[in-house]
Parts: sequence; C-alpha cells; structure tokens
Amino acid sequence: MSARPKLRVATTSLAGCFGCHMSLLDIDERLFALLERVEFDRSPITDVKEVGNCDVGLIEGGLCNAENVEVLREFRRRCKVLVAVGACAINGGLPAQRNPLSLPLLLQEVYRSEPGARFGRIPDDPELPLPLNKVHPLHEVVRIDHFIPGCPPSADAIWKVLTGLLAGEERPLDHGLIHLD
Amino acid sequence: MARHRHDPHELLQVLREVQESCGWIAPEAIDCIVARLNLPRTKVLGVATFYSFLHINPCGRYRVLFSDNITDRMLGSPALLERLCRSLWIERGKVSEDGLVSVDTTSCTGLCDQGPALLVNGRPVTRLTGRRVDEIAELIRESVPLEAWPAEYFRVDDNIQRRDALLGADYRPGEAIAAALARGPAALVEEMKASRLRGRGGAGFPAGLKWQACRDAPGRTHYLVCNADEGEPGNFKDRVLLACAADAVVEGMTLGALATGAWRGFLYLRGEYRFLLGHLEAVLERRRAARLLGESILGREGFDFDVAIHVGAGAYVCGEESALIESLEGKRGTPRSRPPYPVTEGYLGEPTVVNNVETFAASCLVALKGGAWYAGLGTAQSSGTKVLCVSGDCARPGIYEYPFGTSLREVLADSGAARTQAVQVSGPSGACVPAAEFDRRIAFEDLPTAGAVMVFDQGRDMFEVARNFVHFFRHESCGFCTPCRVGTSLLTNMMDKLANGLGSPYDFAEIGKMNLLLQSMSHCGLGHSACNPVLTTIDKFPGAFQSRLAHEDFEPAFDLDRALASARQMTGRDDRAAHVWPQSTEAP
Amino acid sequence: MSATATFTLDGRAIAFNEGQTILQAAVAAGAYIPHLCFHPDFKPHGSCKVCTVRVNGRHAASCTTRAAPGAVVESDTPAINDERRALVQMLFVEGNHFCPSCEKSGNCKLQATACDLGMVSPHFDHFYPDRPVDASHPELLLDFNRCILCSLCVRASRDVDRKNAFALSGRGIRTRLIVNSRTGRLADSDVTAADKAVHVCPVGVILAKRRGFEVPLGQRVFDLKPISAMADPSAALERAAARGRGPGPRGGGT
Repeated sequence: MSARPKLRVATTSLAGCFGCHMSLLDIDERLFALLERVEFDRSPITDVKEVGNCDVGLIEGGLCNAENVEVLREFRRRCKVLVAVGACAINGGLPAQRNPLSLPLLLQEVYRSEPGARFGRIPDDPELPLPLNKVHPLHEVVRIDHFIPGCPPSADAIWKVLTGLLAGEERPLDHGLIHLD
Repeated sequence: MARHRHDPHELLQVLREVQESCGWIAPEAIDCIVARLNLPRTKVLGVATFYSFLHINPCGRYRVLFSDNITDRMLGSPALLERLCRSLWIERGKVSEDGLVSVDTTSCTGLCDQGPALLVNGRPVTRLTGRRVDEIAELIRESVPLEAWPAEYFRVDDNIQRRDALLGADYRPGEAIAAALARGPAALVEEMKASRLRGRGGAGFPAGLKWQACRDAPGRTHYLVCNADEGEPGNFKDRVLLACAADAVVEGMTLGALATGAWRGFLYLRGEYRFLLGHLEAVLERRRAARLLGESILGREGFDFDVAIHVGAGAYVCGEESALIESLEGKRGTPRSRPPYPVTEGYLGEPTVVNNVETFAASCLVALKGGAWYAGLGTAQSSGTKVLCVSGDCARPGIYEYPFGTSLREVLADSGAARTQAVQVSGPSGACVPAAEFDRRIAFEDLPTAGAVMVFDQGRDMFEVARNFVHFFRHESCGFCTPCRVGTSLLTNMMDKLANGLGSPYDFAEIGKMNLLLQSMSHCGLGHSACNPVLTTIDKFPGAFQSRLAHEDFEPAFDLDRALASARQMTGRDDRAAHVWPQSTEAP
Repeated sequence: MSATATFTLDGRAIAFNEGQTILQAAVAAGAYIPHLCFHPDFKPHGSCKVCTVRVNGRHAASCTTRAAPGAVVESDTPAINDERRALVQMLFVEGNHFCPSCEKSGNCKLQATACDLGMVSPHFDHFYPDRPVDASHPELLLDFNRCILCSLCVRASRDVDRKNAFALSGRGIRTRLIVNSRTGRLADSDVTAADKAVHVCPVGVILAKRRGFEVPLGQRVFDLKPISAMADPSAALERAAARGRGPGPRGGGT
C-alpha cells in the first residue's frame, strides 16, 4: 500500500431515503479496499455529526428545508470535491413531486384538513426545520463537481466514480451504469 | 364567417374578428367556428392560443397593454404601468374582479418616436404621461367607450424628419404601373435586377432575383405577399409608409404581380397596426375604382390582380416569411423548414414572393426611372435609400430617409443625439454599435438594418438594454424547437439572475454557452438572433456585464431566505432557524 | 430511382434514394443518429433538434435535411454530442421527468438518449411546471409532465387515425399538448387504445392503464442495449410492444 495520506470522505443524506447510502454499502468487500485509501468524516457510517475539512463529500437527497440548506453549504465549505449522489440530489426526486403545488396549500391540506387531525395545526416548534417553497436539487444551490445518477445508483457506479476520484481522473459512466431510475 | 367564405384558411381572421367584437373567444364561439369552418377544435384552439392578442378566457372590457420596448421603458413606461394598476386597484396581468379591465405589457408597438405608448383594445395611445394615465384610469372606471375618449390620445404622427428619393418622390398613382406595362413584365424584372434593390426587411436578398425565381417557378398560380408584420422592436417605418405612402406600397405589389404573374396578393398587417386597416381598405377601394387593382388593370387584358389585407394578432415570429405564410393560411405561425423556399413553395404550396413594405414602395422608383438610375443611388453593394426609424435618447426622434452609405454619426447629428454611448441598429437581432464605431455606415456591407436606430446615451445601462431584448425573444419564441423554446427562457432567467445581484463568473460562462447553442441549433432566425444582444453587449460593453458578477462563487438564482417566507408565515415563526443567513455574515 | 448516390456519415458511405433526408437514409442503412421527434412512419418536422448534425460544416437537423450526393455529414463527435446533451437537459428541466416513478422507464427514448449521451444531471435550473394528469379515460392515462412536445401523437392522429385528437396549443415556453374534446379531457375525445397516436409517444405521456412495470428491470428495451446500438429504436420499441414486453397495449402500434 502506498504511503499516501488517506482521503477524507464525508457523506450525508438531505431530503433522501438513505437508499443511496445502502448502495454505497453494496460495494460489499470492496469496502475493505476503499478503507485502505479513505477515512470517513461525518457520515451515518461513523456517526460523526459535524463535518470537518474533507477531500470528498457525497450527498444524497435534495433540499427541502432550511436545515438541508445549512448542511449542504457546510459541506460545500468543507469539501474540496462535492458529489451529488442519486435522483433526489440531482433533480429533486420524489420529494420534488410537491413542487407544482403551493407550499401553503400543502401545509393546509396536510395539517388542517385531514379528517384524523380535526384540531391539527401546522407544527411551529423551532426544533423543526422550515420547508422551502420548492424542493431543489443540489446544483441549483451550490456548485457541484460530480453527479452519480440513479434511484439509487448502483454500487458499481458509485465504486467507479469513487475510485476515479481516488485516482484523480474522470471516469465516465457507460451503458448500464448511467441510469435515471 | 360567410364573409370569409367558410374558408378554413381564414381561421385567424375569423378569430381576430370574434376577439374584436366580443372581447374574447368564448367556448360557444369556438363551437361555432369548429362547425362552420369544419375544423377540429384542437386546431382552432392551437391557433387561438398562439397569438398574443387572442384570448380564450375573459380578459376585461378594457384590455390595456403597455409597449415594453426598451425605448418605452426609457421614457418611463414601467412607472406609468404601476401608476395605472394602482389607481385601478388591480394587479398587472390579472383581470379586475368586476371584469372591467386588465393591464399588462406587450412587445414593441412600433410607436417608439412618440412613446411611451400603450394599446387599449388594440388601439394605440401615444405620448403617455402621468396625467394622461390618470385620465385613462378615470375613463375606464367610468366605462367611457373608446369612441368617446379624447381623439388626441389616439393621435399617431408620421414624424418624417428627412426625405430622400422614396419619401420625396412625386408621382400619380398608376404612373409606375403604366411605365412597367410599357416595358413589359420581362423587362420589368430585368430593371429590378439592374437596380440591385435588396430586401428592406433586413436580410437584403436581391428583390429582382426573387421576382425572377418566382416568375420562373412552375405552379398552378402565383402569390404575392407584402410583409407589413413590422415586429422588430425599434422599427416603425412600415407604419409610416403605410400611413403616408400606401399607394406606393400597393403599386409596388402590383408591379410584383405583373412581374411574377401573381393574381392575388396579401398585405400582412401586424396586429399592432390594426388602426391603419380602415385607411388601407380605403386606398385599395380607391385603386380598384381607378382600375389600378382588380381585373384588366389599366385596361390591360389578362392583367388581373387584387390585394387582401390580413391582420396579424401579436406574434413577432410571423415576420419570418415562412411563418407569415403559415399564419396567412390560418395556422400557428411556426417557421417552415427551408428549403423549399417560398418562391417555389409558398402560400398553399404555390410560388410566392414575400417582400417588405419598403421594398415594394422602392420598386415603383425602379419602374418609373429605371434600374440604372436606382442603382446610382447609395453604394455599390447597397443601392438606393433606406428609411430609418430613430428613437431613444435624441432630440428629434422619427423617420429619416438617407442614401445607403450614410454614417451613423450623421444620423445621430441630424436627430440631435448627444453624449451617445451606443446605438442598437436594426433592433434586438441587429448590432450594438459603440461610440468608437459611429463612422460605420448604414449599408448591407457594413451595418445592415431593417430601419431601427435606437440611441442610448451615456446614462443608460447597456446590460439592461440587452436584458430587455432577451425578454422580448423569450416572449416571442414560437415554441416549435427545443433550443429556442427552452433556451430563450433559460437565457432570460440567467440575465435576471445577474440583474438580481446573484451572478458569478459561472453564470457568465453559462450565458456564453447558451448563446452558442441557440445560434447553432435553433430552427429559424429568431433563435439564431436571440443571443445577438447579449453577445454584442459582452463584446462591446464587457464592463456592463462584469459589474453584474457580484459573487466569486456560484450562488442560487433565487433568494434562499425568501424561499422560507411562506413557511414562516404559515407557522408564525421568526426565530434564528427560521431563516437562511447570508454565508459571509454569522447568524446573530 | 436506384440507391446509388451516397453521402458519408462520420466517414461511412450511406446510400440514399432521391428525396430521402439524411436521417431517413441513415435509419435505412442501419446507422444511428440520435433523435426524438422523428419516427420513420411519419413526415419529419424537425422540432427537437437532437438529430442535428454538421453537413459540409454547417449545423442542420438531419431529419429534415435532404441527403445530397457527396455530402460530408458529421454526427458522432464530442462537440455535437455536447450540444445534443444540452438539448436533452433542456427537455428534462422543462417538464417534470421523474424516471423512478415512470412506467415508461427503460423503454423511453428521452431517457435512453440522455443516458447514451452521458447525461448525469439536468445541469440547468428546473422549471417545475404545473401540468395536471388526465386520468379520465378508462383505458389510457395522459401524464403531461413528461411531454417533450415532439408532436408524434399529433401527426399520428392526424395522418393515420384521421382524428386530429391531439394538437399543440400556446406559444413559446407555454406550449402544451391539448386534446380534441370540448372539455379538453381525453375521456370526452374519440381516442381509443387502438389508435396509432397512442403508440408513438417516445416518452411516458400516453400510457395504457393497469399495464405499468410489467417488464422486470434489466430486461426492458434499453436495458438490453444502449439506444445508439439500434439505428431504429422506434421499430425496436414496437417489436417489444408486439411481444407484450413494451410500453403500449399488447400488439398495438405496428
């Protein structure tokens, strides 16, 4: 093994389902080879909560609320290279299906008009992040360096891009590795 | 509809007349058109929704549209629009609850020399001031019919400041036709070629060659079209020619008919110039009575030709000749794939000549005085004269006719322009010329122009000029091809992002890429030129762009904190976490 | 006339008949040029511009440009593919294209073309338009969110079904597909599941109800082969549909 310092990698899920993280874990035994070359910073894998200075940030999920924005901007500040992973990070995905509808209407519908919540009110606890008017993919809010599409992307696609980053070269995804569903 | 012979090609005219008489095109009216013209409903709706001045929803008994050209804006139209909306208690673009009035903007109305202007139910009101706007608000509130509004409001002046060969010509109606008949059609075409008269709509195709090609093209019949769809912002010379020299225009069309063998001609009048329709119909009627139109013109057996006026309904793209022909056929104004060109396959698939208003008027001089005489005017590559429309920052806006080869500096001096920073020549799809290049000349080989000369003094922000033009192209994109339909919207959003102070070098590069894409991939000239204003501004006024790149790194195109505003309102929260704070400053 | 005249497509000689366009000749010769609004059964109209090539150095839509003897046509070059990718990205941000929930996924020309051109993100900012779904018809679903305004259904309904069931309305970025009925609803039109118009949609706008996700992932048309490996993807989709492996009602569309 080379004596090169390990790359620091952080990962997070914003408005996502952690499916992309599952796909990352799906690289299976290649994880061992990967861990020879990288160390994880903030990530559900490490349970580190604050992101430090990193070489690579992997982000799944789009931006649906104020907290997502804070986390994304923190990642952008801390990571040299930012990778949008999966459909939600890239085009908003499932959460963005609300975008054609107005947010006030949605909140009204969900919290005030449901038969089961007759005395319901829109949650206003300061602990809860406020929703944005629309769900946005990452590239609409910060500069993104690489994209790995798919819902979720396959482990092979993630592996190919990651090993490309480790090798310092662009490795385009070919047929079967680029898929949008 | 009987008047239109239940002809489906008359669909646009039928829809326009319904719009004029009813104020909108109701579902019942569509039922009726579907049945009488025997057209599918989809087709009727497709056409009715393509043109800006047709409405399939009620849009107010008074429909007020402020001309949104940069020259109107420079004269203060945005504030006047706000003022009218405020005094009528309405929101721009929405019909008042009582169905009385709506106020919005429209593309350049061709009244730049007497703006700011607006259209009310299609009729132009010029020289708007705060006071006039207040009076208009009052008249609308009182439901005073337009006929009872002060006539002065609707006054449209010709403003001819300089005449040359065309506007100064003095001949009786019919003289040019008589001269052409004496020569014979083939010789007329030869004179036209010898004159080297080039198309005055801007593209400059030699008119004689076009007439010859149409004359030679096989077909059951031939058609002739006068393109009076003067939609390029800043242009208004066709309006003036039709107002003061309609005889020359129709006479030129008649010459074209003699040359090409066309028996039927159309004058496609832009919807904004609907107010000229009565005058033009009267001219046609007078010429029919004088045997200058109709059967056996000037007694020549077999020389039959007549002209019908088609009125457009608010679509700049119809100035493109193949889109114009689609529109004449009662369709959406989508440009055709070319070739074939109209001279071989035009109106109803038959050979068709399409020429500009000014080209036809100029052809009379060729018939009267000969091609060689005409070719002696102007420059070697641009014979004759050009009617210019000067507007913007100058003391004497209006119509100026010069021989080709006249320098921009001379035009500016004559019109009383001072401290001039730049001139937009020909309109948004033309060229932006900075002061260092004012010795350039109006000529096809240097500065080709449809006529517009929009003047901007040193106080103007050239970025805002370009942004206005980009908005124009988005509004007028026909939507047929992907690059123009989506690209003009994306380009507009990018320019707005810069205007909103959210630009960075990234956006500047993106604008450059979008420009190239529009140029290489678009279906027609509209898409190809949509980036011209931006490209020339970047080229000639790089500072106007650089000052808009407020950020070093990428910023979103929208305000993140404002994107939380409705959630804050719904929850009543205003705590620290209920905001997105600027990155440079720490949250309090 | 015999097919003796040829032009070159990326250096390969392509024979053509008088009157054929570049794309028509390429499809007949088994050569792929990316396209979306073109279908070999219909008169080309050249709106999507994805088939743009360089003919003797000038950009032109290959579906509407007549083939000419000796023409030098460049198609599969990095520069042209970059431009095509940008067009496809424009189509993605213009509508609401959420592939994971689309029944047409894997059999969609837009998706397959995007993947083949290496599109990993839509790049531009989304428009997120509001385009309500029309589920009124008993057999068919209309999801306008995915419409790329290619007009194939318009042409098929007009030229084959003789119904004029579809048309484009509006202008510019507000251009929309509309249905021929007084209510505007598909149920009130005379469209049936047997119409040609129902089977030509290259994306997932016109779909048969109760027929979604029948083919497992990995076996859909464009899972098996990239779209660039088939000169005539329309024919491949129709063959799959005939076998009940594709997007349309069984046996339809051929």
